[in-house]
Amino acid sequence: MFKQTDEKRFRIFSTVFLSLLTIITLLPIILIVIASFTDEKSLLSYGYSYFPKAWSLNAYVYLINQSKLIMKAYGITVFVTAVGTVTSVLVTTMLAYPMSRKNFKYRHLLSFFVFFTMLFNGGVVSSYMMWTNIFKIKNTIWALIIPNYLVTGFNVFLVRNYYSNNVPDAIIESAQIDGATEMRIFWKIIIPLSVPTIATISLFTALCYWNDWLNGLYYITKSELFGIQNLLIKIMNNVQFLKSGSSNYLGVGNMNLPGTSVRMAMAVIGILPIVIIYPFIQKYFIKGVIVGAVKG
Amino acid sequence: MKKVVSKNNRGLTKSGPLLLIALPGIVYLIINNYIPMFGVFLAFKDYSYVKGIFGSDWNGFDNFKYLFRQDALLIVRNTILYNLAFIVIGTVCAILVAILMCELGERFRVKIFQSSLLLPNLLSWVVIGFIGYAFLNADTGFINKTIIRLFGGSEVAWYTTPKPWPFILILVYLWKNVGYSSIIYMASIAGIDKSIFEAAKIDGAKKIEQIRYITIPMLKPTVVILTLMAVGRIFYSDFGLFYQVPMNSGALYDVTQTIDTYVYHGLMELKDIGMAAAAALYQSVVGFVLVVTANAVVRKIDRENALF
Repeated sequence: MFKQTDEKRFRIFSTVFLSLLTIITLLPIILIVIASFTDEKSLLSYGYSYFPKAWSLNAYVYLINQSKLIMKAYGITVFVTAVGTVTSVLVTTMLAYPMSRKNFKYRHLLSFFVFFTMLFNGGVVSSYMMWTNIFKIKNTIWALIIPNYLVTGFNVFLVRNYYSNNVPDAIIESAQIDGATEMRIFWKIIIPLSVPTIATISLFTALCYWNDWLNGLYYITKSELFGIQNLLIKIMNNVQFLKSGSSNYLGVGNMNLPGTSVRMAMAVIGILPIVIIYPFIQKYFIKGVIVGAVKG
Repeated sequence: MKKVVSKNNRGLTKSGPLLLIALPGIVYLIINNYIPMFGVFLAFKDYSYVKGIFGSDWNGFDNFKYLFRQDALLIVRNTILYNLAFIVIGTVCAILVAILMCELGERFRVKIFQSSLLLPNLLSWVVIGFIGYAFLNADTGFINKTIIRLFGGSEVAWYTTPKPWPFILILVYLWKNVGYSSIIYMASIAGIDKSIFEAAKIDGAKKIEQIRYITIPMLKPTVVILTLMAVGRIFYSDFGLFYQVPMNSGALYDVTQTIDTYVYHGLMELKDIGMAAAAALYQSVVGFVLVVTANAVVRKIDRENALF
């Protein structure tokens, strides 16, 4: 009897504690959502608040009128995320597969080659100088896709371990005996077998590209090439920038800029896609974290 | 029989085609990772934009001398102290959350709590910078306008007052990362043999005693390994946390500048390539030694979990 109540009490304590923690965790995000719906005047005189004196849709109306600028930034982010993720998954699995083949002569050499990149790096300075001086990548869309994220040692080893544990040698051997080429084996046998691991690394890579602002910070100075994150940085530093984005369509350019609430509306727009797809990806995300942490 | 097939197979597996499949990845890593490793010579040059990468004059260890005379102590201190705080406080919080999660018993509640705690991890540092701004901005921020009004005290110009920043940065770090790291501990707890708890229960151990004498000791290997790996990365900091959250405010540099933000300022704002390269090389070399050492220790404790 006694044990029952002890366990129950602990369960209640856990629930209460975690409920509070959850609320505390979500409150900051809720604040910016509410702020984006707050009337500009009320915001300026009473500050950001969970219970604004006056609500308003002005920030969003303003953003819709300026939608050209935002849609363009969205377009760039979507393009970069899509191209970056697909290329990354392709190149990563192609690199990981030979490393998993037990009778591939250069298997250990290749593994070390990848592994060493996880131990030592030349630092941002030399990598920046190389991309800008040798490859002239500054202010091109490739600057947002190619540097840093395309192939990471972490992902390569994640996939290699998956292949080592889940692809039986016998399948490859029988395909070889049937005369299949290595490329054919990779496409027809390995890729179909690697759906779970591809799902995991696609998710991590897509999140990484969607949320990236560092490549933009280093390599992009032209505002036409800003993705959503770099547009956000620009607006934080200079909210007037929004005005530059659009024509004087319906005299909007001259409309009073609700600068404070518009900033928060922009942030909300930046989070929105993630919040929408989050419930669908959460399961894979958690699985990926566990697999990656234990054996990276 | 199997051996025979394998032997035959060795003849069937040619290196060429497999290397060809790996080629795009190899080329990428050579460009993105290996060439910059040789670029570290910039740390020994007095870089001039006119003379370029190869034409600039060598200046030996001058960049390093300057770095160590000026800022090295501060940025290294900040980087290491913040990381230590993150490791200690972060681990304690993550374990606490993981233990409580595992006591909920009901899948649905676990899912709700876990999703919510994980959400900040999916936000970019830029967005988190915006959230921080909504709280801390001097004229309209939630803290100055609501909290301080409610509890009394005078308004603070947060982005120019260094004192509270260590606390703010640690809080933001925890907010973003605890949900994430608790996942790993939850997985470890789920891996503990249930019969141990059953036996303890029969012997009359209370829940709190079970946690104290079973769960926590069983988590020790995971804690040790994750901590060592984090120590191996103690010379690196999360650039976004130290750049976006303080809004890159110069008045706060004393408490927010880490090696990574310092390199960024040197490279992009001061355009002092030589010194930025020196700081970056210093970070890479010490970082390398630390990772290798940490791994050697992990290897001693548990070969399975060593990186190499």
